[in-house]
Amino acid sequence: MAQATEHAAPHMALMQRRRAIHGWLLLAPALVMLSTFAFFPSLATVWTSAFSRGTRRNPSEFVGLENYERLFDDPTFWTVVQNNLLYAAVTIPASIVIALAMALWANSKIPARSFVRTAYFTPTVLPMIAAGNLWLFFYTPGFGVLNQIGAFFGAPSVNWLGQPETALWAICAVTIWKEAGFFMIFYLAALQTIPPDLKEAADIEGASRWTYTRRIVLPLLMPTTLFILINALINSVKLIDHLFILTKGGPFDSSKLILYYIWENAFAFFDAPAAAAMTVLVLAVLGALAAVQFFVLDRRTHYQ
Amino acid sequence: MSLGRRIENGLALVLAVLWISPLVFAVWAAFHTSTDAVNFNLAAPWTLENFRTAWDGAPWLRYFLNSFLLVTSVLIGQFILCTLAGFAFAQVDFRGKDTLFILVLLQLFILPEVLIVENYRVAASLGLLDSIIGIGAPYMASAFGIFLLRQAFKSVPKELDEMARVEGCSLLGVLWRVYVPAARPTYLAYALVSVATHWNNFLWPLVVTNSETTRPVTVGLSIFGAPENGVNISVISAATVMVILPLFAAFLIFQRRFVQAFLRAGLK
Repeated sequence: MAQATEHAAPHMALMQRRRAIHGWLLLAPALVMLSTFAFFPSLATVWTSAFSRGTRRNPSEFVGLENYERLFDDPTFWTVVQNNLLYAAVTIPASIVIALAMALWANSKIPARSFVRTAYFTPTVLPMIAAGNLWLFFYTPGFGVLNQIGAFFGAPSVNWLGQPETALWAICAVTIWKEAGFFMIFYLAALQTIPPDLKEAADIEGASRWTYTRRIVLPLLMPTTLFILINALINSVKLIDHLFILTKGGPFDSSKLILYYIWENAFAFFDAPAAAAMTVLVLAVLGALAAVQFFVLDRRTHYQ
Repeated sequence: MSLGRRIENGLALVLAVLWISPLVFAVWAAFHTSTDAVNFNLAAPWTLENFRTAWDGAPWLRYFLNSFLLVTSVLIGQFILCTLAGFAFAQVDFRGKDTLFILVLLQLFILPEVLIVENYRVAASLGLLDSIIGIGAPYMASAFGIFLLRQAFKSVPKELDEMARVEGCSLLGVLWRVYVPAARPTYLAYALVSVATHWNNFLWPLVVTNSETTRPVTVGLSIFGAPENGVNISVISAATVMVILPLFAAFLIFQRRFVQAFLRAGLK
C-alpha cells in the first residue's frame, strides 16, 4: 500500500504538470487576443493620457496629469458627464421597470400573447443606427409623428431634437425603447423557473395576484434584477450609436454623452491624449463596477 | 375576468402597439412618396420607387457582403477561441485557473467600444485598419462566450468524458466528440446573439473602416442617411428597412428557438 502511494506521487505530479500545460495551451489563443485588444490597450490608454498631443513642431512629451487638468477645466467635459449621469438615471430605472412589466404580461395569459412578445422584443434585434432613423420620423419638427399627434390635440410644434431642453430626453426614450425588450428576456427566463406550487399556495392562502407578485415574485427576481442592473449600467456608457443619427450630441452639447465625446476627441478633433484621459476615467468607473459585481454582489448567482 | 385584469391586458396591448409603431411607420413610409408619408395620407398609392432610389444610392450589395463576412468571421473566431478557453476553465484543473477566469470576466466590463482610441492604434500597428478581420478581431475572445461555454461544458456528465478517454481519445478528441456536440444548444444561442450583435455594431466599424470594400451595412446606412446627402425621409426608410430585413426575417423564423436557446443557456 505504502509502496503504491510512493509510486503514485511522482506520477500525480507529472499528471498535474501535464494538465497545467494543457490548460495553458487551451487558453493561449483567447489570452493572446484578450491581451492584444483588452488588457494591453487598457494599460496603453493610461500611458497615452500622460503624454502631450504631438504636433509636427512639438513632438509629444511626458506631461504627467496635465491632460486630466485640461479635461477638468473643459466645461464641455462636465456637461457631458452630467448628461451621462442623467442618461443613466433616466434609462436604467425606466427600462428595468418596463422590462419587468413586459415580462409579467408576456408570461401571463393575455390575448395575442405571441404578437405582444414579438412586439416587445423587436427593437432588440434592430441596429441602433436603424433605430435612430426610425425615430427621426417621430421627432422631426413640423411633420414628425409626435408633432402630427400633438397638432391633432392642438399642441404647438416642438423641435424635440433641436432644442437643449428636450434633446437628451428624446435620446433617452430611444434607449429605453431599445433596451426594455432585451431585459424582458432575462426576466422571462427567471419567471419560468418559479415553481408553480408557490402560486397555488398563495391562491390557497387567498392572496391577491398583486400580493403574490409583490411578496413572492419580485423577491425571487432580485438576482435577475441585479444582473440586469449591471448590464444597464454598462449600456449607459455603451449605447450611443443613435447620437450619430439623431443629434450628433447637439444642440450646444446638450445631448452629448461620454463615449461620443471620446470618439469626437479622438477622431474629429484628433486630440488622442484628451480622449485617453477620458477613457481612463470611464475604465475606472467600469472597473469599480466590476469589483462590486465580483466581490460584493452574490457571485454564486451568475458566475458559478 | 376582473376589471383590473382587463385594464392590464389593455395596457399590455397598448404598450406592444407603441413598441412596434416606429417600425410599422417606417415600413409604411418606405412604400409611399415622401409627401404622402409626411402628410399621413393613408389612402395614398403604394410605390417601390423609394427602394429603387435607395438601392441605386449606395453599394448595398457590397455592404451586405461585408456584414456577412464580418459576422461569419467573428463567429468562427469566437467558436474556436471560446470553445478552447471554456473547455480549459470547465474541465482542466490547474493552478491559477480561478485568477485567470476573473481576468477574463473583466472583459465584460472593459468594453471594446470604450477602448476605441487604443484599439485603433493596435489595429494600425498590426496592419488591420480597414479590413474585415480588423473589425472583428477585438470581439473574438469574448468573455461572454467563454463563460457560456464553460457553463455548458460543466454540465456534461463525467461518464461520457471518461468513456471517450478509455477508448483512447486525446484531450482535443474528447472535446470535439463529447463536449462540443453536447453543448449544441448553447452554440446556437450564442451564435444568434453574436450574429445579431455584430450585424448591428456601429461605433468600432465606423472608426476602423474607411472604404466601401470593408464598410458593414450599419456604417453604410449612416453615411447614406447623413443630412448632407439630402435624401428624403421615405428613401431613408426604405434603406433602413432593407438593412433591417435579413436579420429581422431570421429573428422571426428563429424566434421560438432564440428565446428557448437563451433560457437553456442558463442565463437566469
